[in-house]
This record gives sequence, C-alpha cells and structure tokens, in this order.
Amino acid sequence: MSLAELMGLLLAFIARVITGTQGHWKGCPPTAEQRIYFANHQSHFDWVLIWAALPKDLRTKTRPIAAKDYWTATPFKHWLTREVFNAVFVSRQRTDDQDPLEPLVQALQVGDSLVIFPEGTRSNKGEPMPFKSGLYHLAEQFPQVQLIPTWIDNVQRVMPKGEVVPVPILCTVTFGAPLQLGEGEDKHVFLERAREAVLALRPRVS
Amino acid sequence: MTSLRNLTVDEQVALLFFTLFGLLVLVSVATALYSLRDTPGAQGEALKRFRRDLRAVWVGATAFWLAWVSGPVGATLFFGLFSFLALREFISLQHTRRSDHHSLILAFFFVLPVQYAIVATRHFDLFTVFIPVYVFFAIPVVSAMAGDPHRFLERNAKIQWGIVVCVYGLSHAPALLLLDFPRYAGRGAFLLFFLVIVTAVAQVVQELASRRLRRRPVARHISRSFSWRAWVIGAIVAACVGALLYWITPFKAGQALAMAFIAAGCGTLGEFVMKALKRDAGVFFWGNRSGVTGAVGLLDRVAPLCFAAPVFFHSVRWYFKLA
Repeated sequence: MSLAELMGLLLAFIARVITGTQGHWKGCPPTAEQRIYFANHQSHFDWVLIWAALPKDLRTKTRPIAAKDYWTATPFKHWLTREVFNAVFVSRQRTDDQDPLEPLVQALQVGDSLVIFPEGTRSNKGEPMPFKSGLYHLAEQFPQVQLIPTWIDNVQRVMPKGEVVPVPILCTVTFGAPLQLGEGEDKHVFLERAREAVLALRPRVS
Repeated sequence: MTSLRNLTVDEQVALLFFTLFGLLVLVSVATALYSLRDTPGAQGEALKRFRRDLRAVWVGATAFWLAWVSGPVGATLFFGLFSFLALREFISLQHTRRSDHHSLILAFFFVLPVQYAIVATRHFDLFTVFIPVYVFFAIPVVSAMAGDPHRFLERNAKIQWGIVVCVYGLSHAPALLLLDFPRYAGRGAFLLFFLVIVTAVAQVVQELASRRLRRRPVARHISRSFSWRAWVIGAIVAACVGALLYWITPFKAGQALAMAFIAAGCGTLGEFVMKALKRDAGVFFWGNRSGVTGAVGLLDRVAPLCFAAPVFFHSVRWYFKLA
C-alpha cells in the first residue's frame, strides 16, 4: 500500500470520526457509472465529506476540481491533490485562447467521474447561490454522463470560514435522482432547475 | 448462592460473562428460528425492531466484555468513545452558532479526554469536581471571549448540559469499574453490570406497562406514554431483579433492592428528560429516522445510563463511606 493510499484512508477515517460521513443514496444507487456530482458548497471540508461518503472503490474514479495556483503552491498541497485525490487542476486566470473547462472535458473523456460545486465559491447563507454555467456546458457535451444533485448538510457548523480545527458534528451527504438536460433547454432554466434539485434534497427537521 | 460466593473473583467474572453471552445466544437462536416463519405486517415490523434492539444488546455486551478484559485503560477508552459519540449526537441536534466554535473545541478535545484521564488514573476527588466546578467556569469564559452576546446564556447552557449528561454522567460507568471497594476488590464489573441490567429492565418494563395500562400521561406534550404508575412498576420490577442479583454486589438483599430502585428510577426519569429535550430540538429519535443527521441513535440508548450512573455511583460511595 502506497503512502498516498494510507493518507486517503487516514483522511476518510478522520472525516468519519468528525462527521459520521453518512451517504444517503435517495435517488440513485452507488454504482460505478460515469457521473458528475454537483453539490452545495459551504466549507473546505465539503469535498472530503463527499469523497468519504462514497464507497471505497468509487473513490479512485471520482475526482475533485482544484484551483491550480493554490493547490500546487507547496509540494505537500500538490502531492495531496495529485496523488491522494487525483484532482483535476484548473487555472483561475482566464486566458483568451483556452477554455477553462478543458481539463474537465479531458477527465470526462477518459471516463472519470467528477464532483463540482457549481456555485463557484463557498456560501454561508443556507441556500445555494445561483449556479455558474459550467455544469450546463458539460451536460451539453456529455449527455450520457449522469448528473447527480447532491446536498451536504450541517458541514458549515463543523468548520466555519476562518477556523482550522473542526468540531465533531454529524453531517449527511444526500445523493438525488439523476438530472437530464432537456432537448434545447435554455441555459438559465436548466441551471435553476439543477439548483432546485440540489435544494430539494435538504433534510427537513422532523 | 454460597457456593457462588466461594468462587474466586475471576471465576465469578467468567461465570457472569458466560451467563450473559449464553442468554444472548439463546435469544438470538430463538429469534432466528422465529423469523423463518412467515410474519405478516405489524408483527414483522415488531420483529424487525426487536432484532435491531437485540443487535444493539450484542454490541453493548461485547463492548462491556472488551472493556473488562482490557483493564482500566481499555475501559476508559471505550466509555470515552461512547461519550464522544453521544456528545457529537447531542450537539448536532442543538442550534449552535459560529461563535460557539471555541467552546465546542474545548468540550470535545479538552474536557472529554481530561475527564476520562482522571477516571483512568483514579483521582476520584478531582473526578467529581472537575466538570461541575472548573469546566462550569471555563466554558462561559471561552464563550464570552468569542464576543457574541446573542443568546449567550442559552448557548452556554446547551453546551454545559451536553457535557454534564454525555461526559460527566457517562464517565461514572468506567468509574464504577475502577473504584476499589474494601472487601470487594476487582469486582467493579459486577456493579456496572448490575447498574446496566436494572436500568435496562426498568426501561423495558415501563414501556410494556404503559402500553398495557393506558394511563393518562403526566406530560402529554413530552411523552404520551410516561405515567407515574408505569414508572413505579418499572422501578419496582427492576428493584426486584436487583434484589435477585444481590449476590454479585457488595450489598445485602434489602440494600440491593433499594440501590436498584434508585438507579432504575433515575434511569427512566432521565430518559423522560431526554424526551423533553428531543421535543425541544424538534425530533422524535436522536437516531437516523429523524432524517436530520446520520446519527445512529446512540444517545437514545445511553441516556438512562447517563442519568443513573452518577446517582448510583455516589450512593455506592456513600454506602461504603469512601472518602
């Protein structure tokens, strides 16, 4: 077993101790199909939580998106994202000749699954902000890939913005039914529909 | 009974676990055979619930055994883990704010380990005052430092409460294992076993009695099943079971009866209090069925013990006139 695999097991264990990492597969079973999971984004912990909620053999084929400038800044960060999580690196600076979705498209072409946070940044208002259009473009290019709405609950209490030590609080990750891009569906309509689908998974009290 | 008393401590402990696991195996085999029959609707549902509870008893019994064989350190670690999971469940269902973050870190990563370290090293004087005195002061200080006056008293009360029930209360269980009584050395496991059995019996009997009796509930908005008569029946039956078990304890039969009554009564009243708390938090189970968290419902199961253990522990200490 390599060091990266051990690190992965350790992180999954920590996530389990802190949050319980319960994956609730409400709308689809955890199968090895090619998927794009799109989720609400409230904390740096979000990705680890989704990753730990996945069954072990799905973890290697499911990749996060990492900002290149931040996550390659130090050797450790680079090793963590490259070796442990097998992240897809994207650059935040826009250049004219390059499509920012290019690395994602490549990953999908080789058959990997992705986890994306279409809000683009962390929100702490409770309800997710409007989605960015990347999800729509990917759905358009890869109609055969399942789009799974995902709601992560409670994680903002584990590690609020600006804190470093997580507090043990139970979190859930709820996976919903796959979404389809309708024939000729408008971009904004689709993105709003996707956002509603994520929001609909929010657990209600009692 | 006299022949049992003449056995060595280790033999008695071995006999205790042998009986416990023997009974569990018998019940499990019987359930497995019964489930082969076609059970329709409500009956099947009841059977499923029973099997889930049985599984929990298995886990509990195994944990108890492991705690015993692994000695003071193992026992402390085991109950420490239970405490951690219970407190995690408790805090998850309370509304906390961002500014509670440091208080919560203090509760989880300082108070809890220190309390159990004190148990493991048998500093029983510090053990009884550490949380009620020192932590009681420390939590609001840390909380005030965060600079958020919004619902200050309420937020602190919640955290203090969680600590007292899930950490302080439950830490009395390993303390029973570790407290050395004169003429009773090495038999702490029996006391803990006695406590667990009587609280469990009281819980089950009270539940059955309230279903049978259909009395007017004392507090309808908190629990539809809790009535004084059911509570008394539960506690009395548990007291009788305790009296029958007197030979494993340092008590005489009458004293065992009284101690069991106290422990069982506290346990079921504690459960009632936890129900009030659940209603306040807007859930019916601490467990998964609430849909709010991924909790396993551990708190539902340990709550009676959290309340009964401290009362029982101090009654026992008083009985032995331990300093």
